[in-house]
Amino acid sequence: MQTMIEAQDLTKYYGPQLAVSRLDFEVAAGEIVGFLGPNGAGKTTTLKILAGFLAPSAGTARINGYDCVTDSLAVRRSLGYVPENVAIYPDLTVTQFLRFAARAKGVSAKAETGEVDRVVGACGLEEVRGKLAAALSKGFRQRLGLAQALINQPPLLIMDEPTIGLDPSQIVEIRQLIKNLEGDHTVMLSSHILPEVSQLCHRVIIINRGQIVASDTPENLSRQLGHGSRVLLTVAGPDEQVRAALAAVSGVNRALGQGEGKYLVEADSGVELRPQLARVVVERGWQLLELKSQEFTLEEVFINLVTEEES
Amino acid sequence: MMQIRGWLAVVRKELTIYFGTPIFYITGFFFLLLAGYFFYTNVVYYSIISFQAAQQASNPQIAAQLNPLQMVFRPLFAILAIILLFLVPFITMRLLAEEKRSGTAELLFTYPLTDWAVIAGKFGAALLLYLILLAFTVSYPLVLGQIIRLDWGALGAGYLGLVLLGAACLSLGLFASSLTENQIVAGVVAFALLLLFWIIGWVQELGAGDLGRIFQSLSLMEHFENFTKGVIDTRDLVYCLSFIYFFLFLTKRQLESRRWRA
Repeated sequence: MQTMIEAQDLTKYYGPQLAVSRLDFEVAAGEIVGFLGPNGAGKTTTLKILAGFLAPSAGTARINGYDCVTDSLAVRRSLGYVPENVAIYPDLTVTQFLRFAARAKGVSAKAETGEVDRVVGACGLEEVRGKLAAALSKGFRQRLGLAQALINQPPLLIMDEPTIGLDPSQIVEIRQLIKNLEGDHTVMLSSHILPEVSQLCHRVIIINRGQIVASDTPENLSRQLGHGSRVLLTVAGPDEQVRAALAAVSGVNRALGQGEGKYLVEADSGVELRPQLARVVVERGWQLLELKSQEFTLEEVFINLVTEEES
Repeated sequence: MMQIRGWLAVVRKELTIYFGTPIFYITGFFFLLLAGYFFYTNVVYYSIISFQAAQQASNPQIAAQLNPLQMVFRPLFAILAIILLFLVPFITMRLLAEEKRSGTAELLFTYPLTDWAVIAGKFGAALLLYLILLAFTVSYPLVLGQIIRLDWGALGAGYLGLVLLGAACLSLGLFASSLTENQIVAGVVAFALLLLFWIIGWVQELGAGDLGRIFQSLSLMEHFENFTKGVIDTRDLVYCLSFIYFFLFLTKRQLESRRWRA
């Protein structure tokens, strides 16, 4: 498969401060990759380097086969970039802004109108076409940011926190827009909202303090880094006795009461507890209302990784 | 070819913003108000003097001075040049500073445009705006030309001087705007530098010797004055064009350094 992004030893200093340290990663064409990390981890810096806005202090980055420093123009022709805090020209209307983007990206005069219409349609901007960008709501601004990136169909899209500051329904809309890009574009997006990443992305790269700490599919990450397996039970029975009985089952590390008859049981990974737990409850004559294994969320994986790093 | 299209895209974008916001209308209004006022008073003064000269035709000294270029347009050009000093920072201060402040620089510099296309686009738009304002003042000699005979060649030289001086000031203003993300700072720096290049020749009058002569030849005013006399000197042309190139080049360097810093 063709490689779209190839970063080697990517390092960036701001003065004496190290922002990104020796990042190595690849993104294949067609992938949607989430770039995850706490604030200040180096996400934005990395994306700015890939987009050709900043030059790395050391190391190389190649996009679509072109070097980000020496072939900057070719790199910039292959990508659409949505900066953090959506940058828009407040004094231009939506159409004026998109026409400018089309001309700047070298869309021919003949194709210009068609291209602007296409991205306006794809991003649902029809009703605000004639409005000044300054008058747009945050959700529309974000769509406008995405629309300008989509102009001229770049093979790669780089988005820095595309859903930040949006309300829940707007987040769902933007997420759907990004989902629609699957197949035609390679997408690299940064976020610190984990559910978003686990829903959207084929692969997650987690970065902390300028270094990659994990890189895998969201499912694999929660499996490998979840530190064991967990079962959630709901039982109608005397609280303290139920908890003690569950804790006594062999292989159980911990049984926690969560109130209203809910219990969380933890064991080492790979241990299947459900049959034994069910048997214990039924044998005691209590009622088993619910029994399910629970996966670790990406959030927990993330916190585990980040705190491990720090300790 | 593609960069020309990109350059035109930047020019059009900047002009759309100039004409879409009050910048053009307000600067234009006051520029023409002041220019019109000075033109009017110069003409009135000129007519009074010529009236007096007609009464005492025996005074050859006054008669020799009585030509409209000397008495109306040279002082007008000098005043327009001073208005420029105040006007240019307002035209240029937002050009690059605002892009940085609002974050749109990240878009602009990740579009496939060379730095030159961006700089030339912004400079071109500001220059065009200035030329439009200047074009309005051409109506003054056209009106006056209906009544009296004018030396159009000398007037043309004066306008060429104004165009070159304006372009030089705008290139310096653009550079000041590339230094900061604060428009006010950009405006103040542009104004201070322009003022410096304006008055730097004055040290010669203090008898500063060779160094003074160097300063004098760096002065914008010094080179502009020849144009207003109706003289087009290669030295003045070369000075103005190098001045423009120098500051556009510094702007490019400043933009490049951004990639390596932060």
